[in-house]
Amino acid sequence: MNKNDTLVKTLFVGISLCLVCSVIISSAAVGLRDQQKYLKQKDQQSKILSSAGLLTNQKSIEELFSAIEERVVNLDTGEYEDSLDPKSFDGKKFEAEDYSRDPLTSIKLTTDVDISSLKRRESFKKIYIYKEENEIKAIILPVRGLGLWGTLYGYLAIESDLNTIIGLEYFSHKETPGLGAEVDNPRWKSQWKGKNIYSSTGEIKIEVIKGLVDPESPEKKYQVDGLSGATITSRGVSNMLSFWLGELGYAKFLNRLKEEIERKESLNV
Amino acid sequence: MFEYYLNLFITAVFIENIALAYFLGMCTFLAISKSIKAAGGLGMAVIVVLTITVPINNFIYLNFLKPGALSWMGIPNSDLEFVGLITYIGIIAAVVQILEMILDKYVPVLYNALGSFLPLITVNCAILGASLFMVERSYTFTESIVYGFGAGAGWALAILALAGVRERLKYADVPEGLQGLGITFITVGLMCFAFMSFGGIIL
Amino acid sequence: MSKSREILLNPIFNDNPIALQILGICSALAVTTNLYPTLLMCIALTAVICLSNLVVSVIRNQIPTNVRMIVQITIIASLVVVVDELLKAYDYENSKTIGVFVALIVTNCIVMGRAEAFAMQNGPWLSFLDGLGNGLGYSLILIVVATIREFLGAGTLFGYEILVLTQNGGWYLGNNYMVLSSSSFLIIGLFIWLLRSWKTEQIEEPEYRVARNNLETKEAGTRV
Repeated sequence: MNKNDTLVKTLFVGISLCLVCSVIISSAAVGLRDQQKYLKQKDQQSKILSSAGLLTNQKSIEELFSAIEERVVNLDTGEYEDSLDPKSFDGKKFEAEDYSRDPLTSIKLTTDVDISSLKRRESFKKIYIYKEENEIKAIILPVRGLGLWGTLYGYLAIESDLNTIIGLEYFSHKETPGLGAEVDNPRWKSQWKGKNIYSSTGEIKIEVIKGLVDPESPEKKYQVDGLSGATITSRGVSNMLSFWLGELGYAKFLNRLKEEIERKESLNV
Repeated sequence: MFEYYLNLFITAVFIENIALAYFLGMCTFLAISKSIKAAGGLGMAVIVVLTITVPINNFIYLNFLKPGALSWMGIPNSDLEFVGLITYIGIIAAVVQILEMILDKYVPVLYNALGSFLPLITVNCAILGASLFMVERSYTFTESIVYGFGAGAGWALAILALAGVRERLKYADVPEGLQGLGITFITVGLMCFAFMSFGGIIL
Repeated sequence: MSKSREILLNPIFNDNPIALQILGICSALAVTTNLYPTLLMCIALTAVICLSNLVVSVIRNQIPTNVRMIVQITIIASLVVVVDELLKAYDYENSKTIGVFVALIVTNCIVMGRAEAFAMQNGPWLSFLDGLGNGLGYSLILIVVATIREFLGAGTLFGYEILVLTQNGGWYLGNNYMVLSSSSFLIIGLFIWLLRSWKTEQIEEPEYRVARNNLETKEAGTRV
């Protein structure tokens, strides 16, 4: 082995090793990149479809997703932001969190309004509109907020009356399996269908309560069963919905959209 | 502002303790925790190495590897993230090597205390793991300094605690089959369980 | 032939990397919540060990001593990057859960340890077998832990419901401790106990034996 300890040999071994390894890993990375992107996108699209109850085995995900329109929304004005291309909008995590770090595209939240511990709120969000024969049937809104162990990222799907929930699907979280991670349990998720967001006076009433929902209670259309043993996660879900459906979230956009839908309906009549 | 960094530090030490919540650096954790002195030495070394390597890796990630990072060089569509793994481990190995040489030459006292642990640290999952977490959470440079220091301090705290327990276990009547490694595993399991009590604390 | 068999089978029970050599533990704990990702992890690690042992062994006579650690790490890291990219391209769901731990195979002490201790001194075929043996030893422990954790924690195996959980309308109150990662420590500790009761040569000598309580020491204590 001693004969290998010359400077020349060391340099030779070092350089050739670097070359060989770089070629190998670069080919692997570049060659597989498209496949990876495709899988990642498919995974995301299936979560979006699933939240709106549109996921079925009958059609492929591409086909199903072609009925969905992606738009970027400016949360401060409630208007569509067409200068930002929805196709290239996605951050690393398919959520606008990257935008929340840039002071130009986000606002800082003070502790009294930051009920989901987001620290900063991004000003632009990509939303998804499901249309059947040019009529809006569902709106899918990305939501995120702090649970117990980390941030939960999900999609909230609501019907065109902008009050009835279709579903809530979380695509990324760090909650404890069996406790907070029951947000993924189909039985719990099925409760969201048909629940109402707003009370008759227009305030946000939807929440995850502590314990089970009383089937006799008149409030039950605003309530979802609490997650057993996961109070903090349950509260996190409620807070997240209150935040993103409120003034600092999609409220302005939803109001504007409601006007647009009503205007369209009055024209059709 | 200071409060934010303090929170980040405390989270890294207790709530997201890199040894007891993420189980990184276990090999050396279990092997060196037999005596408090050795554990202390290793803990110190880990703190130093983490505080140096996490910011350096952060700098490299933000300026060279991140998608679009090479725009200052005129290559806006770059995405060298896949090279990250090799780069970070290379930096860690280099930093440890340089640290060893510097300590040997200029601070022999420290070299005698930490020196033998430094080669062990290069392959310590915790060191690489902390850099990987830093990338995943997209920390800024200052955040990564605080996080590196905090993660190191948490790891050191954990190994000192385990060493303390093991020194007492020396006098316990442990069944033969559990002697040494077996009882240590069970002890660490209980320690991890205990640290879960920090979960959910929002600072 | 028998030497090959010995090299292959030794690390499974006699010289298990996790249970005796205390190597490669980090990843053994967090990924073992479910069997399927654990299996992926085992395959990834075994593949990396075998190939890295093979490559290191093939070029072992050409590596200068002063850079040998860096050379080993570079080879291992490259293999891990390739495995990681393959995982992301073919099983995106699971790559999200075990992705970090696959990346941590680079620092997995087993891989480095075997490259240094065995592949640097032995021929390619034997090194490959040694890698395979250690990979199997590691996989054995991981699979045992994962089976216990998934079965008792979630009532499933490979995702198939065996014991129906109360949350899903069944009778089995899932053991949530098994779902938490700290249970893997306990299971490994108990496994080691079992293993050492069978292979008693692995039992460690205690550093300090409590002296027997006999008449002399008793009287010595009462003397004024």
